[in-house]
Amino acid sequence: MKNTIKQAFHSSKFVTGFVIFMFVLVTIFVYPLIVTRDPLEMVGQGNFFKPGTYVAVSDVVGTNSNYRLNVDTSAAKLETGLSVENRAMMADWLEKYGEVPASDIDVTDAESLVALWNEKYDPKTVIKGMTIAVRNQYMRLNNQIQHALKDSGVIIAEKNEETGELEEAKSYDGREFVNQGDLPNTQTFLLGTDNFGRDVLTELVAATKVSLGVGIIAGVIATIIGLILGLLAGYVGGFVDNLITFITNLFTVIPSFVLLILISYSVSESARGTTMVGILIGITAWPWTTRSVRSQVISLRNRDHVNLSKLSGHSMMRIVFTDILPYIASYVVMAFILQISSGILAEAQLSMLGLGPSTTTTATLGLMMNWATQYSAHTSGTWWAYFPVILVIALISFSLNLMNTGLDQIFNPQLRD
Amino acid sequence: MRDFNNAKPCLTGKGVTKTFGFGDKKMNAVDHVDFNFHEGEFVSIVGESGSGKTTLSKMLLGLISVTEGQIDFQGKPRDISTNAKKKEYWKGIQAIFQDPFASYNMFYKIDSVLLDCLKMRGDGSLPYEKKFELMTEACSFVNLKFAELTNKYPFELSGGQMQRLMIARIFLLKPKILLADEPTSMIDACSRATILDMLLKLRDEINMTIIFITHDIGLAYYVSDTVYIMEHGKFVEYGPADKVILNPQAPYTKRLINDVPKIYEEWDLTTV
Ligand SMILES: Nc1ncnc2c1ncn2[C@@H]1O[C@H](COP(=O)(O)OP(=O)(O)O)[C@@H](O)[C@H]1O
Ligand SMILES: [Mg+2]
Repeated sequence: MKNTIKQAFHSSKFVTGFVIFMFVLVTIFVYPLIVTRDPLEMVGQGNFFKPGTYVAVSDVVGTNSNYRLNVDTSAAKLETGLSVENRAMMADWLEKYGEVPASDIDVTDAESLVALWNEKYDPKTVIKGMTIAVRNQYMRLNNQIQHALKDSGVIIAEKNEETGELEEAKSYDGREFVNQGDLPNTQTFLLGTDNFGRDVLTELVAATKVSLGVGIIAGVIATIIGLILGLLAGYVGGFVDNLITFITNLFTVIPSFVLLILISYSVSESARGTTMVGILIGITAWPWTTRSVRSQVISLRNRDHVNLSKLSGHSMMRIVFTDILPYIASYVVMAFILQISSGILAEAQLSMLGLGPSTTTTATLGLMMNWATQYSAHTSGTWWAYFPVILVIALISFSLNLMNTGLDQIFNPQLRD
Repeated sequence: MRDFNNAKPCLTGKGVTKTFGFGDKKMNAVDHVDFNFHEGEFVSIVGESGSGKTTLSKMLLGLISVTEGQIDFQGKPRDISTNAKKKEYWKGIQAIFQDPFASYNMFYKIDSVLLDCLKMRGDGSLPYEKKFELMTEACSFVNLKFAELTNKYPFELSGGQMQRLMIARIFLLKPKILLADEPTSMIDACSRATILDMLLKLRDEINMTIIFITHDIGLAYYVSDTVYIMEHGKFVEYGPADKVILNPQAPYTKRLINDVPKIYEEWDLTTV
């Protein structure tokens, strides 16, 4: 046993899978110690805030800033401040009345566009044929541009309680800066927020833990059922074998996922918690474990060490536990690993169909996918709501399958190339 | 060579048959064989690979069912219908298998094999010193030192050592009948002669019936009192070893003998 474990850690595939899986495990246990927020707390009002650090606006204004930087902020302001419509309007005017060839006008370069505008446009000139309304529109546009270019900043006014008049409380010019560290309220959402305004990263970590739990429940149940039935069918043989093989084949003919959908559908929504979903997946996933355990046992039961054990007067139970089980233990471990992996995938698939755990108190990877789809995250370009979930599912099943392949190469060396 | 015509029969069979498969694939691996093995007799069953020797031995051991025919054990019809009766039967008949590497449970130390024998004998409650003594005695019968082997796993032993330990097991159990299914075919030539000598010693000291299964007719001639020649599940010829091998009747026996060119020459022990 000790040898086998040592051997496993010499397989690079197993080690890679193991390291990835451990990374996931450590994350789901350590992260909640650092971020203690309820993973389903609705932090944001509104859905799908993009990843980044969020700063309370009133705190920015209220912070005593002593940082005056010699940075011209107007360019950046112009770049984001001039809307596409305004730029089109400017280009239109320059072409028609400023006699600038269309090829010289670049609406994507705000700075040169504004320079060109300042050079040509004079609000006092009256252009023949232009209605007053249109003329006023251009003048408003000009004011807007001149305002954006000004560096004078803003005035914070407070309302006087007695007179009701506004009084200047503070003024800021364009060159004043605030150090982010001086701000009392910042919130970093590395993966943004989801449709309910919940922090996706925190939610994802919690969901991974729950989904892994579902996978393990499903894997344990499927492996126990599969092992017991496989041992019975393989070792006892005869009628017991025929019966179990018949049932197993029946389950194989009806795709277990269809069965799972039907059963999940018939379980009342209130009873369908995460544990229940794990159990449901487990009781539909055992057939292939049964089949592979059965064939392993059949090849073992005629081995001479089993015959010798019989001749030594050992009972059937004892033979199964000492002469059969240790020989298939490694195989069963491998089957268990694969069952966990497919259990996690089954939960995600069920949840996508709306048949997953019906709970509002915990998230699972499948539920996160389901929510993201329902709020059309995939069409609105809010990748952070679903892509990290897919990545985690892929990472877990990749690491488990890698561990399995590594073990397989150790136990079935003839497969090694 | 002794004469066993008047010796007590200990295992007899009439029309013993084993059929494998169904329908078109149906085949008789053992086909209506009759035999009569006596107490203290060294019997060889000789046949090519696939002739049904192992199948017959498993039926004799009660490890697989008999399709047709009757087996008598010590003069009475054999009854192994319950687990308790099987357990009782196996006190009287034991086996050594062909492949020593497959005969041991690789997850348990070799001690457990010998301790199981003591338990089967009814010596399970003896103090450990006494058990140690018995196991040491059994091992020295096959030229092994138990003190050196204790706490070792099967894979730490050589094939020859493993097979000798199997004989030590028989020495502890002292069954009436020992079935040895090609016990020497998977081990080195040096150990072969020793194993055969030990089987002969068991017969001489305990008056055990030895049923020795082999594909090597020369080996059978060297050790046995009686020889049964098996071809395609049938006994084509049987009788005292001298008679069958020096004066073979069946063409199959003649062919087997011709495959061993040295059969009429002086026996050279290093070749067995
Ligand atoms: N469990 C089984 N099922 C089907 N056929 C078998 C089985 N065991 C043995 N046979 C067949 O019975 C024949 C005799 O085999 P066996 O007794 O092992 O021969 P031997 O020991 O003389 O080499 C072979 O043709 C073999 O294929
Ligand atoms: Mg054989």
